[in-house]
Amino acid sequence: MNQAIKDIEQEIIDDFKLFDEWAEKYEYVIELGRKLPIMDDTLKTDSNKIKGCQSSVWMTTKFTDGRIYFEADSDSTFVKGLIALLMKVMNGQKPEDIVAAPLDFINQTGLTTHIAQTRSNGLMAMIKQMKLYALGYQMKAETH
Amino acid sequence: MTATDFDVESIRKDFPILSQKVYGKPLIYFDNAATSQKPQAVIDSLVKYYSEYNANIHRGVHYLSQKASIAYDDVRTKVQRFVNAETDKEIVFVRGTTEGINLVASSYGRKNIAAGDEVLISAMEHHSNIVPWQLLCEEKGAILKIIPMNDKGEIIFEEFEKLLNARTKFISIVYISNSLGTINPVKKIIAKAHEYGIPVLVDAAQAVAHLQVDVQDLDCDFMAFSSHKMLGPTGTGVLYGKMKLLEDMPPYQGGGDMIRSVSFEKTTYNDVPFKFEAGTPNVADVIAFGAAIDYLSNLNHATIESYEKELLNYVTEQLSEIKELKIIGTAKDKAGVVSFILEGINAMDAGMYLDTLGIAVRTGQHCTEPAMDFFKIPGTIRASFLFYNTKDEIDALVEGVKKAIKLLK
Ligand SMILES: Cc1ncc(COP(=O)(O)O)c(C=O)c1O
Repeated sequence: MNQAIKDIEQEIIDDFKLFDEWAEKYEYVIELGRKLPIMDDTLKTDSNKIKGCQSSVWMTTKFTDGRIYFEADSDSTFVKGLIALLMKVMNGQKPEDIVAAPLDFINQTGLTTHIAQTRSNGLMAMIKQMKLYALGYQMKAETH
Repeated sequence: MTATDFDVESIRKDFPILSQKVYGKPLIYFDNAATSQKPQAVIDSLVKYYSEYNANIHRGVHYLSQKASIAYDDVRTKVQRFVNAETDKEIVFVRGTTEGINLVASSYGRKNIAAGDEVLISAMEHHSNIVPWQLLCEEKGAILKIIPMNDKGEIIFEEFEKLLNARTKFISIVYISNSLGTINPVKKIIAKAHEYGIPVLVDAAQAVAHLQVDVQDLDCDFMAFSSHKMLGPTGTGVLYGKMKLLEDMPPYQGGGDMIRSVSFEKTTYNDVPFKFEAGTPNVADVIAFGAAIDYLSNLNHATIESYEKELLNYVTEQLSEIKELKIIGTAKDKAGVVSFILEGINAMDAGMYLDTLGIAVRTGQHCTEPAMDFFKIPGTIRASFLFYNTKDEIDALVEGVKKAIKLLK
């Protein structure tokens, strides 16, 4: 696995280790969600909507200098917090690194046990969508 | 005894789980519509069965089997008395409400409903009282019609009357809505349906824990409910059916216990209710369900009902004062449930916040997606109550909701 991705994941896992209580973890994720840059409403289209999330989640990407930048938003502040965590790891990475990364670090934050099944399915759908975008860019780059 | 004399603290001692702490905070359990907690007597009954007289029933000649059979059969009589059925043969043990409804749709429905016939359900049904009828209608080319409700979440009786006609062959309706709390006028609906000779199934999943249910007084043709929502274990429940209807119905599943004689040429079936209970039944849970019925029967029903009404009025008043909050389901007759949304706040986010405080609520559609669509909302936050809940717990909920708004807005 790409070292940069691994390092950021470990940083996040370490951050969560500072919290003993579920309440603190929750409030931290909410805070991240509040800080997530607002997505322009014109980007919140049906085609940018991720299927499989109970909450509405929209996602787009930019590809510059061989690196991917995700932009995403949700009607749930908690989901936005999860998005912020995913973006911390994935924004600015190369497509092939995102495709290869296991991206299961959220399991190690201790959040998963508190996330209802519908919502963790949504999280999986977000990760899958990010990997699909990355795969798309990777294939495009290879055929050029 | 009045509601204020009701000794909730002593009742709470009967439910071991209620003294539990979650995340270091006292558990506040407001998800009773999903499943109720169990009194010690029910838990003991399960342990006793498995430690002292576990055996297969109706088959053995030995002591344990006799003892288990008697205990199992006794529960049928307890249920009969609990819902005031005419005979205990009208009580069929099933897996729960869902299986009860499926049994009627598959057995009665397949036999009696044909192409072009109409089946009526209401706009506030649980998915388990929608999908079995859709499956039946699809198979038979019958038509599923919906009794509409108003903005308060009450059935519009005049619209119901207008839907009745010679093609209407069956009505299946919820007694108390699990997502809105509405108590439907099922007695009036049944009386009207019977003027047309239409049988009615009542989904009493929520009703049995809150109301004194009397199948003869209601004159319903079928009723389904689940043990786990009325203090009993999961995995068992009841289909009540009028004797004449049950006798006319073909078996639902084939297997042991439901037969009289089997040969490869011809099998004859056992009598009602055994005809519908194929295979080894859920002996342990049925016996413990009996302990739940004993527990409920020993409570004073009038006291419980007025105490629960007091709780519901109290929570409704308190929550109504929060300006960002809107209650969904404001029927005149309600029981057990308050559903609400918070302006601009995702319901699950709020539910998760309440969870951090040790408060258990449910968020989402509550298996009533069409009802949520009617109110044009993706879902609600639902707090549902039982007689072991307290006003202090409601105060904690109200405080929690206010904090959630502050945090999430
Ligand atoms: C009104 C109503 N009907 C049916 C059901 C289904 O009950 P069960 O899942 O126990 O079969 C429920 C349970 O949530 C309910 O509330």
